[in-house]
Amino acid sequence: MSRNRDLLSKIGLRLDGRRPDELRRIRCKLGVFTEPDGSAYLEQGLTKVLAAVYGPHQVRGGRSKAQHDTAIINCQFSMAVFSTTDRKKRPRGDRKSTELSMHLQQALEAVIKSELYPWSQIDVYVEVLHADGGIYTACVNAATLALIDAGIPLKEYVCACTASLANNDVPMIDISHQEEIIGGPTLTVAALPMSGKIVLMEMSQRFHMDHLEKVLNKALQGCKDIRQILDEAVRLHVRDIGSSTGWANTS
Amino acid sequence: MSLCEAEKTFVLHGVEENFRLDGREREDYRPMELETDIVLHAFGSARLRLANTDVLVAVKIEIDVPFPERSKEGKLEFFVDCSANATPDFEGRGGEDLAVEIANTLSSAYRSKHAFDLTKLCILKGKKCWKVYVDILLLECGGNLFDAVSLAVKAALWNTQVPKVHGVNIDGNNIELNVSEELYDCDRLDVKNAPVMVTVCKIGEKCIVDPSVAEEQCSVGSIVVAVSGDKFSTVLQTGTGSLHPATLMESLKLGHRVAQRLDEALWATLRQIKPGQDVGFLK
Repeated sequence: MSRNRDLLSKIGLRLDGRRPDELRRIRCKLGVFTEPDGSAYLEQGLTKVLAAVYGPHQVRGGRSKAQHDTAIINCQFSMAVFSTTDRKKRPRGDRKSTELSMHLQQALEAVIKSELYPWSQIDVYVEVLHADGGIYTACVNAATLALIDAGIPLKEYVCACTASLANNDVPMIDISHQEEIIGGPTLTVAALPMSGKIVLMEMSQRFHMDHLEKVLNKALQGCKDIRQILDEAVRLHVRDIGSSTGWANTS
Repeated sequence: MSLCEAEKTFVLHGVEENFRLDGREREDYRPMELETDIVLHAFGSARLRLANTDVLVAVKIEIDVPFPERSKEGKLEFFVDCSANATPDFEGRGGEDLAVEIANTLSSAYRSKHAFDLTKLCILKGKKCWKVYVDILLLECGGNLFDAVSLAVKAALWNTQVPKVHGVNIDGNNIELNVSEELYDCDRLDVKNAPVMVTVCKIGEKCIVDPSVAEEQCSVGSIVVAVSGDKFSTVLQTGTGSLHPATLMESLKLGHRVAQRLDEALWATLRQIKPGQDVGFLK
């Protein structure tokens, strides 16, 4: 491997100038749209995601699907055709989108208190506007914010983070598209950061078992850091909304 | 959203009195917000928010081979994606009918060479041309999609920068293009006559423009006119109802008048946009 393709330089900086345990800048906003019950926009570096939540509402398309003890969580992942450098042919329906929809559903089902809404359905739609690595993590984080904006009870935040191993030794978090291309394994973790439980873990490529623990720990630490950022955004949003309505409905 | 008879009558009476639900007159538009350069990696982009309707347009350019029968022209392709974020009805393939209708209307509106000159996109006759993909993403539907989409498309094409081609090397069948490496060494597209679409909606006896979702439900039929410069480039009748020829002519005139006002307003807005302004969903 040539020197300029190393994931980590000699002085310990990554290609975009970050340190190994540094996240990309996360900026987010809750309540970007009025039509859905909850919506959120999240930027993680250059990756940009919109999420919308509809529900809980009556089950669409026949009541036979309805569950008597829980709500159906329905997720759809879709990518704008202009989101990648090469134009995509279709926004959804390909294998990757279906897989990501399923993974998203898995992560959200673990955290939504769906037993409170029997016979009903909650729709979560995510739309990727710009894909620059860590699409899944950005989607999970945005969906969490949208669910909070919709007022749906959650057990706690669910945050996702990627981690990798640089130079076969140093774990690093929040992998960008450039770093994904250069190679190295990518570990994606969706976790409940407060209790430290893992709801989804996926790994690509290979590295030695001995490294797994430290990479996983880094990813979990990343999830905790992301939770801090999201929590701050939620608190700011609630403060803004609350003060503009004079805290009308709080008592 | 569905309205009951009483609500529909209320809307209808408002239109009759020239005082609509939100206090507008029949020829008034709702407030609009326009931003350009919102998608960083596209050649041009725009986001238009018309009250609750939110449209994001990105333009991508590729090098392609011209159609044999139109060897001197480039290609322009529209693609509409109805995001499920707008309404759960669009989930899966639910929005496809609407998407195809909008895309087809746009391409027929842009087909005339007076509306948009495709020959400017030709690089080498019969061999190489630019293919312009206009990708439209509907993020929220609050009525009057056609108008919002056409304005956003025009703004995005205005914003588009086509890299300059400095030279062409022909070696047998091999064609090498010498495209400028400079980031800002670009050509702008000529969108002076690019069509602007206006939906004229007939409610009761009167015609209105820019219908909201509630008004769209009360209408018996509507006409979408695309006006390029001072000429029509497409007329499309949508909806279930039928229209009398006299009403049709009247609404065409109304559409023409409003489209020209809208076009002027769009140009005034585009001139105000300065590069490097803060844009995006975070604002």
